[in-house]
Amino acid sequence: MEKYRVMPGPEAFLPPAAACVGNVLPDPGQGHVNGEIVQEDVAMEEAARQFLAAKVPTIFPGPLVLWNWNEKSAKKASAIYKLYEVLKAHNPGALLIPMPDYRPKYPKINPEIEINPNHPNLTIWHNKIDVCMFVGVHCHYANLSLKIIRGGTNCYTIAMCAQAGHEDAMLSFRDATPDSTYRLIEAVKRVKGLASSGNGASHAGTAS
Amino acid sequence: MDSKSLIGTRNKIGQKIVDPDYLFYEAPRERYFMTGSEVVREAIRRASVDVSISYPITPQSEAAAMVGDLWVEGYVGEYFRGENEFAVMSECAGASFGGARVFTTTSGPGTLRAYENFPMWVGSRLPIMLNMMVRGVNSPLSIQPDTLEIGLIIDTGMLIWHAETAQDFFDYLLKGFIVAEEPDVHLPIAVCIDGFFVSHTKDDVYIPSADLALPTYDPYRSPVVCMDMESPPVRMMRDPFVMKSNYISYATQASWQQETRAACERSRKHTIRLIGGLIEEENSDADILIVSSGTAVAQGREAARLLAEEGIRVGIVKIKTIRPFPYEEIKQATKDARLIFVPEFNVAGWMAREIKACIPDNHRVIAGPHVAGGMTMPPEVIVEEIKKVLATQKEAVHE
Repeated sequence: MEKYRVMPGPEAFLPPAAACVGNVLPDPGQGHVNGEIVQEDVAMEEAARQFLAAKVPTIFPGPLVLWNWNEKSAKKASAIYKLYEVLKAHNPGALLIPMPDYRPKYPKINPEIEINPNHPNLTIWHNKIDVCMFVGVHCHYANLSLKIIRGGTNCYTIAMCAQAGHEDAMLSFRDATPDSTYRLIEAVKRVKGLASSGNGASHAGTAS
Repeated sequence: MDSKSLIGTRNKIGQKIVDPDYLFYEAPRERYFMTGSEVVREAIRRASVDVSISYPITPQSEAAAMVGDLWVEGYVGEYFRGENEFAVMSECAGASFGGARVFTTTSGPGTLRAYENFPMWVGSRLPIMLNMMVRGVNSPLSIQPDTLEIGLIIDTGMLIWHAETAQDFFDYLLKGFIVAEEPDVHLPIAVCIDGFFVSHTKDDVYIPSADLALPTYDPYRSPVVCMDMESPPVRMMRDPFVMKSNYISYATQASWQQETRAACERSRKHTIRLIGGLIEEENSDADILIVSSGTAVAQGREAARLLAEEGIRVGIVKIKTIRPFPYEEIKQATKDARLIFVPEFNVAGWMAREIKACIPDNHRVIAGPHVAGGMTMPPEVIVEEIKKVLATQKEAVHE
């Protein structure tokens, strides 16, 4: 069977869960890009390239980092906000849209101010988001979101996970800590520097 | 406090919390001669179980009662009897939603009465340990061994492991907690044994000191929110998608189901590491294979020995996990086999169907022999079946 590549959609009426078609999660120290296992640094560089090339790069922080429920979450939140500031400085169109909880929003979500795992496509479509990163979202809901986004939108998805990672994202890291986010920030700065000197990242090739 | 940080400390009754790998592979073990029910008691004694709920269905009643003894001794946090099997499984869900490590045990009609809860546990990502001591389910009533019950739960989405021996049983119970609670898995697990054959007979079991225990369950690693009445899956239950007739609701429900199946797939990696693969092979390069799970494997192994005495070489493939099913492993193990016999303790032949679905040229699969309703499966019956098929083939060649 040909290896399943996790690519931007819109993929299908109901795309498969990547784990059910043979994709596996990375081991510690690794990440994955489009379903291919790579070293974490490689995934970080690719995430940085995707963010920098995007028209509307967006971070979706979830409840695990939005609420100050332990010391680590506050540190993570600070790091994520710093990443947002770096992206915003590069591209004023960058967004930070929270996933504050997982309740289905009836009768209608306000896609300008939040994203919901049961219908994340609405927020993606409304804001024309072409690259997004989930962080601090409980894994089950992150996977729901990632698969629904892949099914119905052309958005490139990144998942920064504190646990084992996400095969349903186009790119994922695992065991994320505040330090991981700072390393991603450094990767963004490094790739941006290379790009501005004409030696590095292409600004073409995003999903949108 | 995460559960790893407890390693090296003592719990409230003085057991030392140890790394699971130490408990499984390094801690010295002593030999005991005990029944399957006693195996449950000794595994749960070392499992840092928070809550166990019981209902005295036969044949697991001894196991449930013995877990009650553990509660009296202080090894289990909470223990009570449910009103019936459905209530037990619902109460297990409540405890698990609340962040507890939960163990229960059932059998036969009890499993079926509780059935509605199993897909609910799966959809809610509750890593409950269910021990099933499988027995007859149909009328006329039987309390004897029969594996039809496993075939009836294979598509609930639970992890399902099938132990052949008391030793497997002890190890699967403890290792099952670890796999089921991995955040990328986080599903209920049914550790099955053949009722009476394993539950009520005595066997050698090597077990580590009762002074050692697994780390406690860490609900903060769960992929879903711990007992939040405003968030799915709890909110789904009082405001379910079934009430909303639109594409988004359907797509979410479907994606939710896919995610639970994905979680089952993710368990492969952890399971292979902990129980040494999803199958075990003995002489699987033989022309004739016996492939099955549970005590049917033990009978098959003896049949292979009898046939070897007559110069007929037969290999064995023991299937350890029914879900996830070892599709690729079976495909590989059977690739050169000419005949694949699947003995089963049920009339339905669900294991043979599973195997037929995953291998090429599945006319090679002989679904049988089958026994049911508590019948034993003498190795001679398997020998006879194999010889009968071989004779038929010889005749066909001569014709």
